[in-house]
Amino acid sequence: MTYQQFAEGLKQEKLLGLRCNDCGAYTAPPKLVCFGCGSENLEIEELGKKGVIKTYTIIRVPPEGFQPDNVIALVELEEGPWVMGNVEDLPANEATIELIGKQVRLGHKVLPGDTYSAGERVAMTFHLEAR
Amino acid sequence: MREVVALGVGMTPFGVSEKTCVELFASAAWEAVQDAGIGTKDIEALFLGNVFGDFEEGQAVMASFAAAQLGIPHIPATRFEGACASGAVAVRDAYMLVASGQYDLVLAGGTERCTVMGTSLATRTFAMGSDSRYESPTGITFPGVFGMIAHMYADKYALPLSRLKEHMAMVAVKNHKNGCFNEKAQFRKEITPEHVLNSAMIADPLQLFDCCPFSDGAAAVVLTTLEKAKKMTEKPVIIAGAGQASAGNLGDQRDLTLVQARRISSKKAYEMAGIGPEEIDVCELHDCFTIAEIVATEGLGFFNDGEGSYAAQEGKTGLQGTIPINPSGGLKAKGHPIGATGAAQVYEIVKQLKGECGDRQVENARIGITDTLGGDLCTIVNLILKRGW
Repeated sequence: MTYQQFAEGLKQEKLLGLRCNDCGAYTAPPKLVCFGCGSENLEIEELGKKGVIKTYTIIRVPPEGFQPDNVIALVELEEGPWVMGNVEDLPANEATIELIGKQVRLGHKVLPGDTYSAGERVAMTFHLEAR
Repeated sequence: MREVVALGVGMTPFGVSEKTCVELFASAAWEAVQDAGIGTKDIEALFLGNVFGDFEEGQAVMASFAAAQLGIPHIPATRFEGACASGAVAVRDAYMLVASGQYDLVLAGGTERCTVMGTSLATRTFAMGSDSRYESPTGITFPGVFGMIAHMYADKYALPLSRLKEHMAMVAVKNHKNGCFNEKAQFRKEITPEHVLNSAMIADPLQLFDCCPFSDGAAAVVLTTLEKAKKMTEKPVIIAGAGQASAGNLGDQRDLTLVQARRISSKKAYEMAGIGPEEIDVCELHDCFTIAEIVATEGLGFFNDGEGSYAAQEGKTGLQGTIPINPSGGLKAKGHPIGATGAAQVYEIVKQLKGECGDRQVENARIGITDTLGGDLCTIVNLILKRGW
């Protein structure tokens, strides 16, 4: 699976991963081989888009093209892989260390490209379950 | 493999400079060549670390122009890029090619001119160190990455965040204090924990004084064989161990407090040198942020996991501590011209082993280690240096 396929999947509200037919581990985002065992015996599978926040930060001084008070988290998906995304619908002043361990559902957003990106960009987003 | 020596070292003052990247490097290289007691015509190859010359000055293939600036335009000259570890990657490759017998005498180092970019372009280019496909689109920044490490560290070790932040502040206080004794440091001013804890928030929980500055500067090292060095100096500093390791993006790395690449790289360096962390007398490590120093002191084996923050608080990493960390002032106070940093760390360790560090001298330093980190914890280089006398 290519980056392009993964990004197109997100745009269709699907989180695509690779399931390893040898060790059973999931790899997402995609790589050439299984991130668990290195096998190339992989199948594309739609993942459940659920996970748990493992850590986070709030960007107060953003890079060009982004707004301040941007909450970013690393999430462990139910299937195992860890992914980075923006925590949406949460005011920055409500983002505390209590976020760690919270359940989220995964979404996406599309950003326009800039001078140095190869076209448009797709970011994963996280939405808190049962606040 | 032949034994290799850092025969001479040079470094420009770090800070804001009007000089070009090539001029900065030539200035550091000239000092290194003089320190080594050789002529530039003796140099067989140039290994140059530089990250953003393309954006700073519109300059690619910088190594060729650096060689020409030194009057040796035809030697093989190569630019190395490993983000903030570029200079260290260059020195390690130079070390390996001298050890293997390919060259007898080489010049390695790095140069950078971060401040000329301005904050907007600098922040954009620095974000190029993150995974452009899967992580940069969130708007993550380098302070943000280390903010994530700090939050994970507090959660993992059940340390109240306010307590961790007090310990982190002590790292900045210590490095600024050391920087006061370094005439080449960007900041030579003591600060208090209150300066850190009252400064602007950059990426939670990191505040302005938890972060190193943007800097200009260059550093250089002349490497040769121990056999040749013995005829030229009574104080040959031997490169006893060298390690390098990589990692994927932050999602791949999962437990960010461990910085796995560092554990692999330093293990290799320790094994080569035939020593353990308890035998290190002095360490220059990659304190791009205060929390970075804390996790590095654990990853290098000086403290158990989860105990690095207490060690910082208790003064164990000060000049008089059990393991003096960053006597130069570190990236925090000395400055961080990213392509040069790895070579500047070698500069400090060589000077420490030779006993030339004045008020920041670590008493009887015989063995030292450098630790350089590039990108989102994805390139690590460790070099162990020891007295050859």
